[in-house]
Amino acid sequence: MSDFEPKVVAFVCNWCTYAGADLTGTSRIKYASNVKIIRFPCTGRIDFMLLLKAFANGADGIIVSGCHPNDCHYTSGNFHAKRRWIMFKELMDFMGVDMNRVTFSWVSAAEGAKWADVVNTTVTKIRELGPYVSYKELVNKSVEEEVKND
Amino acid sequence: MARIGVFICHCGENISATVDCGKVAETIGKLKHVAYSTEYKYMCSDPGQTLIKDAIKEHKLTGVVVSACSPRMHEPTFRKACAEAGLNPFLCEMANLREHCSWVHEKNELTTQKAIDIVRTQVEKVKLNSALQPIKVPVTKTAMVIGGGIAGIQAALDIANTGHKVVMIERSPSIGGHMSQLSETFPTLDCSQCILTPRMVEVAQHPNITLYTYAEVESVEGFIGNFKVKIRKKAKSLDEKICTGCGLCTTKCPQKKIPNEFEQGMGMRPAIYVPFPQAVPNRPVIDKEHCTYYIKGKCKICEVVCPTKAIRFDQPDEILDLEIGAIVVATGFDIKHADFFPEYGYGKYKDIIDGLQFERMASASGPTSGEIRRPSDGQVPKNIVFIACAGSRDPAKGIAYCSKICCMYTAKHAMLYKHKVHEGRAHVFYMDIRSGGKNYDEFVRRAIEEDHVNYIRGRVSTVFERDGKLIVKGVDTLLGAQPVEIVADMVVLATAGVANAGAEDLAQKLHVSYDQHKFFAEAHPKLKPVETNTAGIFLAGACQNPKDIPDAVSQASGSAVKVAALFSQDMLTREPLVAVVNRYAPPMYSTCVGCFLCQSVCPYQAIEREEFKNREGKVVKTVAKINEGLCQGCGTCVALCRSKSIDLLGYSNNQVHAEVMALLNEY
Repeated sequence: MSDFEPKVVAFVCNWCTYAGADLTGTSRIKYASNVKIIRFPCTGRIDFMLLLKAFANGADGIIVSGCHPNDCHYTSGNFHAKRRWIMFKELMDFMGVDMNRVTFSWVSAAEGAKWADVVNTTVTKIRELGPYVSYKELVNKSVEEEVKND
Repeated sequence: MARIGVFICHCGENISATVDCGKVAETIGKLKHVAYSTEYKYMCSDPGQTLIKDAIKEHKLTGVVVSACSPRMHEPTFRKACAEAGLNPFLCEMANLREHCSWVHEKNELTTQKAIDIVRTQVEKVKLNSALQPIKVPVTKTAMVIGGGIAGIQAALDIANTGHKVVMIERSPSIGGHMSQLSETFPTLDCSQCILTPRMVEVAQHPNITLYTYAEVESVEGFIGNFKVKIRKKAKSLDEKICTGCGLCTTKCPQKKIPNEFEQGMGMRPAIYVPFPQAVPNRPVIDKEHCTYYIKGKCKICEVVCPTKAIRFDQPDEILDLEIGAIVVATGFDIKHADFFPEYGYGKYKDIIDGLQFERMASASGPTSGEIRRPSDGQVPKNIVFIACAGSRDPAKGIAYCSKICCMYTAKHAMLYKHKVHEGRAHVFYMDIRSGGKNYDEFVRRAIEEDHVNYIRGRVSTVFERDGKLIVKGVDTLLGAQPVEIVADMVVLATAGVANAGAEDLAQKLHVSYDQHKFFAEAHPKLKPVETNTAGIFLAGACQNPKDIPDAVSQASGSAVKVAALFSQDMLTREPLVAVVNRYAPPMYSTCVGCFLCQSVCPYQAIEREEFKNREGKVVKTVAKINEGLCQGCGTCVALCRSKSIDLLGYSNNQVHAEVMALLNEY
């Protein structure tokens, strides 16, 4: 095993997954510490461009997680997120961004154990995939070129 | 320039046991714009809060990050403390070091590093926070209680007695719920109907309560203090104002072979029926699914015999629009149907029944007029076996929880049987006896010692028939796991309490959380047991988890107080975390191009059109405008906006971007 510690950012909604992750804590279920959570009111709030910003700045993996279908605190935000995710995934796949690095999941406020599971599975997967440097390099290169052309 | 104060809490040892709080405070203290960084054992304690307040004044802080437990726990506490020190409460953020770090990781360098990263995200975020003013919204002082069981009845009466209006919705034709089906109640053995029916009548007669039976919630919109509820009043095929409840129609209906739900399928009822004699309201309904007229197009005998001509076959369902300020959910529970247990032979053998069927059998108004008789041949059983924990506490069956009421009602059943059949023998197979509660254990002891019920500690593996008798095969673990075989005339399964059919559907309409068993989730397991995560919606009774009558009633009164407290205010203050469309000084007005895609995705219809006019009064531009009274701050419009013209206060584009960058970049 290499000593590679993946950086994983989790974009979660306040009402289901954030609360679910709170329950993981209350239940003292252990999981990999590589994941750091960013709280959003709803997955519908998540601008997927932010995922690319995260990759460009060194994230090796990303989790997006919210309420199960029909459970959204705001009725439909998770459906919008899901639709946006499908489009985003297709587009990124086409462009060559490694979409295995993004986990999209539903974790409810009652699913503390599931959250630990999602995190551990993702971290294991990202550990196998290794550091995500290609996208970061690509972005840096294009920025350099832009500067040169100016 | 920003001056941020960071306060690291040890939470006793909850955080400090795995996170090096001193190192976190020291590292954070060196960050740019951090004016003050310290650690303390209990930030939420009085001295802890004083520490924060003093630091705000002394160091002229412009933002505060309390690094402690989940913001879902103490954010209001610390925001209030900040406000008391003169800092706008929305300039305070919490870093979740406990639930998201110290409790879920081992003690090591990485855990402390993660804690530092979490605090940094909030430091970066709070720098971009802005001072916000709470939004005030009016309160509609009418409550809605969903479910007319004992919990709903108690909640409705308690709220109504505070002088506020209550609308009660019940799905079935009568209120009363499961309690109306019970024979006697533990631990006093007082008759369930005798104590319940006066309360049912009180609901019907209370001037502040409007009762809609045979009605269901169609949709719920809005928010605390201002819910807009649509209810469907299903057609009863009857003009309730004219009907006198004489019951002639129910006796003349030719369709008489419909399994009676109230009798748990042990009796039959006609298609036009009153569920039970003490029903409130005591008016029949026509069950369209079974009525000959609705199926074949002819019959109408009820219409012919009705002395007041109250039958209305063409009555449509009615949709009512209600303005509601608070909602109490009291939809109750159901029991796991015994066909869930093929090993116990339910359905295969007629003399295996469930707990609720036994209640009906033991009830004086039940199908056997209170006599315990085998369903197969009507004989009085000489040997009866009660199997507790049928399904409960059985993770292999998917129900890991204890249904709580079965130990007590099984003791009651065995006792009732012994009181009715003196020479009979009652056996109870149990895993553990859980009889916590006032006079509960004494009650079980009474069953064992005075009524000589044979309690066998062990589980039953199978029930099968041999020579017309039921053979119950189990084990007695107190006799060294010795196999036991009991020849029984009848077997009663204390099946697990489960969520009501439709609970998930209702939870989704109400936007409240529920657990994997479809029980409604409370906002906090200990300190907010009657609140849900959705403000203004409260829980009462067994829709939360199986509970007995005293617990359901206490919780109902608890939720009623919550509603009364809400209704004691004319205006509510709400968090101002709402979306805003950017505005610049003329001539640019806004970057909004007026595509109104946001309008189509907003679940609250909170986006309006705003016109900009020139001096001549001509409209030069139309842009989106958020009605902050309606916006709930989900942010779906923000992520969707093509020109990035909408932002969400508290979760702005800049804020979330800063958080992500703080996590990934070196410092």
